[in-house]
Amino acid sequence: MVEAILFVLMAISAIAGAVTVVVARNAVYSAMGLLGTLFSVAVIYVVQLAHLVAAVQVIVYAGAVLTLFLFVIMLIGVDKSESRDEALPHQRAIVGGIAGAMVLLVGGVTVFGDFDWVPAGSTINANATNGTVEAVAAPLFTDWVLAFEATALLLTIAAAGAIALAHHRRRPS
Amino acid sequence: MIDPGWYMGLAAVLFMIGALGLLLRRNALVMFMCIELMLNAVNLTLISAGRALNDLNGQVAVFFILVVAAAEVVVGLAIIVSVFRLRATASVDELSELRG
Amino acid sequence: MTELIWLAIAVPLAGSVLLHFFGRFLKEPLPGVIASLAVGASFVIALTAAIPFFEGGAHGEAVLLWEWMPAIGANIEILWDPLAAMMTLIVTGVGALIHVFAIGYMHGDERFHRFFAILNLFIASMLILVLAGNYAMLFLGWELVGLCSYLLIGFWFRRHSAAAAAKKAFIVNRIGDLGLMVGLMLVFTAFGTLSYAGIFDRADAELTTGLATAIALLFFVGVVGKSAQIPLYVWLPDAMEGPTPVSALIHAATMVTAGVYLIARSAAIYELAPAAQVTVATVGAFTALWAATIAMGQRDIKRVLAYSTISQLGYMILAVGTTAYVAGLFHLMTHAFFKALLFLGAGSVIHAMNGEQDMYKMGGLFKKMKVTGITMGIATIAIAGIPPLGGFWSKDEILAAVFERGGYFSFLWVIGLVTALITGFYMARQFILVFLGKPRWDEGVQPHESPRVMTVPLVILALLSTIGGLTNTPIRLSLEHFLEPAFESITLAHPPEETWLLVVIAALSVIAGLVGIGAASVNYLRPREDWERWEGGLEPVWSWWGQAYGVDEFYGRTIVAPGKRLAEVTAFDIDIPVIDGAVNGVGRLVRGLGAWIRPLQTGYVRNYGALLLAGTVVILIWLLVGGA
Repeated sequence: MVEAILFVLMAISAIAGAVTVVVARNAVYSAMGLLGTLFSVAVIYVVQLAHLVAAVQVIVYAGAVLTLFLFVIMLIGVDKSESRDEALPHQRAIVGGIAGAMVLLVGGVTVFGDFDWVPAGSTINANATNGTVEAVAAPLFTDWVLAFEATALLLTIAAAGAIALAHHRRRPS
Repeated sequence: MIDPGWYMGLAAVLFMIGALGLLLRRNALVMFMCIELMLNAVNLTLISAGRALNDLNGQVAVFFILVVAAAEVVVGLAIIVSVFRLRATASVDELSELRG
Repeated sequence: MTELIWLAIAVPLAGSVLLHFFGRFLKEPLPGVIASLAVGASFVIALTAAIPFFEGGAHGEAVLLWEWMPAIGANIEILWDPLAAMMTLIVTGVGALIHVFAIGYMHGDERFHRFFAILNLFIASMLILVLAGNYAMLFLGWELVGLCSYLLIGFWFRRHSAAAAAKKAFIVNRIGDLGLMVGLMLVFTAFGTLSYAGIFDRADAELTTGLATAIALLFFVGVVGKSAQIPLYVWLPDAMEGPTPVSALIHAATMVTAGVYLIARSAAIYELAPAAQVTVATVGAFTALWAATIAMGQRDIKRVLAYSTISQLGYMILAVGTTAYVAGLFHLMTHAFFKALLFLGAGSVIHAMNGEQDMYKMGGLFKKMKVTGITMGIATIAIAGIPPLGGFWSKDEILAAVFERGGYFSFLWVIGLVTALITGFYMARQFILVFLGKPRWDEGVQPHESPRVMTVPLVILALLSTIGGLTNTPIRLSLEHFLEPAFESITLAHPPEETWLLVVIAALSVIAGLVGIGAASVNYLRPREDWERWEGGLEPVWSWWGQAYGVDEFYGRTIVAPGKRLAEVTAFDIDIPVIDGAVNGVGRLVRGLGAWIRPLQTGYVRNYGALLLAGTVVILIWLLVGGA
């Protein structure tokens, strides 16, 4: 019951945020829309008992990535507004087509789809997927430790790369 | 609990909105945000599927995706800043030299 | 010595290669001397190897040199029998004399060594032809002599007319060669081999009359080309563009006689094809008459001799067509002597007259060129068939054999007789116009006798023309006995047995020749205006003869022009638009396709993204709808 209400509320807010991202003329408004979506999704994660992931989502995604976005928006120019007309020919047409196809796809799958989301005969065990820190850390440091280390390396490289990219070439004078 | 299909549906909708936004906006930053939207939709799908199948690996996967997305944003924004320094524009339509 | 007969081919061949590569380092006249010695060596080798045949009774021997294509009986093998020996001796003997003559004639030419290289190559090729032990090797020699003929006719290739004449010779010969090739294929299908050994003995058993006739006629097509009979004789007059030694050697004494040799060699096949025999004899007789009439109206000293050659070849073909093989070969030999002599003499005259070849601008040369004059006079008498010189014995034997054959052949005999009259006429006309009468030279021409290197061969040939006929008189048929082993199983046509008939026929041909000579003398010993008026009075016939009945022009209109038109159509209307168009069209198509697709690369990331997404959606739909 509670879950259903929460779902509906969060769904609405997530979609509202997403639409804002796409539609808003000002880039800052788009960032705010994204923030709304991120928070809504984080709540849904909590409902799904993915506590660690929800926390990381808020701290990293909403707290770091989005902040980074806002920094760059400010850097690049917040006063510029994008015009509404489409410069590229046929773009709107193709996109319309894709949108229609996607809607059909999703609609079709939903209405006519014959899926068992939950395998027949089994029940959802709340404890099995309780995403506490210990629960998630266990597979992370045993089964997936290689991937873990790799992503650590990835983060380092990304940071180094960003520095290299943004480096001001000082002319020898 | 409710049918996991609803969560998947929400994720699908979010993904669609993100994809369409990617194609319709010119501002590089907004396009990037749409990409983040799409990644979030995927995360949502994974968590829901993990819950439906009693598998914790869903959450582990999401963890990784979060990390990679963060790294990707760092580098991507650095690129956007560099391009802005060269061209004084954030519109991807201006960057069209590689044409046939 | 028989095993070493291959040296007869190898020595001139080696000489040719040597002169080709190193000739330019040798000063005149060394290349000519080397070449002449090479041919002389071949002559000596052949003579030595032929001794068993002179003694009589020896049969032919086959000498296998190399297994080339044993499966079809085409090896490099030599058949050394009296026929081959006779041909070899004629080729190398007369060839050596002509080589010596050429040392003087080609003096000063910048490609002196190259001339002798090709001349030696020709001797080698001709020997390959006559010494061959199978048809494949014969064909090899056949084509090689055609090649050498081309090279030598066009020796002064910077002259357009010479280059054109060389091409004409080769192409017309090729037409004949087609017949020969098909004939060889037929022989192979009938016998399973091309080797003489496997054919002539079995000819009687394996060949039906029809098949034998077909083969014989196809061979004859080749002969018509190579030995310049109607209708493929047109190349020979043009071949006079080549240096005179070439005309003497190739287009008088040797190459053109290859056709006669071929028929003689294939006698076993012709035996079984009476229809072919009649065809061959008829073509020979008519060619003899046709060419003789043309010779009457010629002004160029070499052209008269060219048409004369065609005419005399007609006699030889008539002979072998009547199965009088020995008579035909006999005439081949005597003709080689006096025709070579005539050509070399003409060369001597041309040399003395600084290149002038128009007889109307000669005259009165006898005083200045005694040796040339006397020798050419001897040759003229010989060719007209006046005893006791060579031409009489051989020509008379032919005519007698044809007469004896009877029936249809009597008609051919009459043609031969008329031709003898005309032969006497045009040869006497030539001699008188060149050597007698008042000089009609241009300004600045100072005729002189040629150097000894040129006159000595003339004298030798004159000697041979005189006594050569004595090799086969009815009193002592030496040549026939010599050639007997080669024609063992063949029925030869013979002159009549009755002596009185022989005498009558002989007398008729002699009278015909004398009448011709007399008519020419009476006419041309008069002042110039008189005989020019006489010639004018014979119009339009005289022009017909002078223009060779317009045959070349006729061929040009009916064959050459359509051929050129066909080539033009094929090249410009088919090859360029259609084939090139198709190939280029493919290129244009690709480029067009590329240009059509290229706009897809707009350079806009959003377009690319849209397409990516569209594709993904399509795949998704397909996967869900039921694809694999």
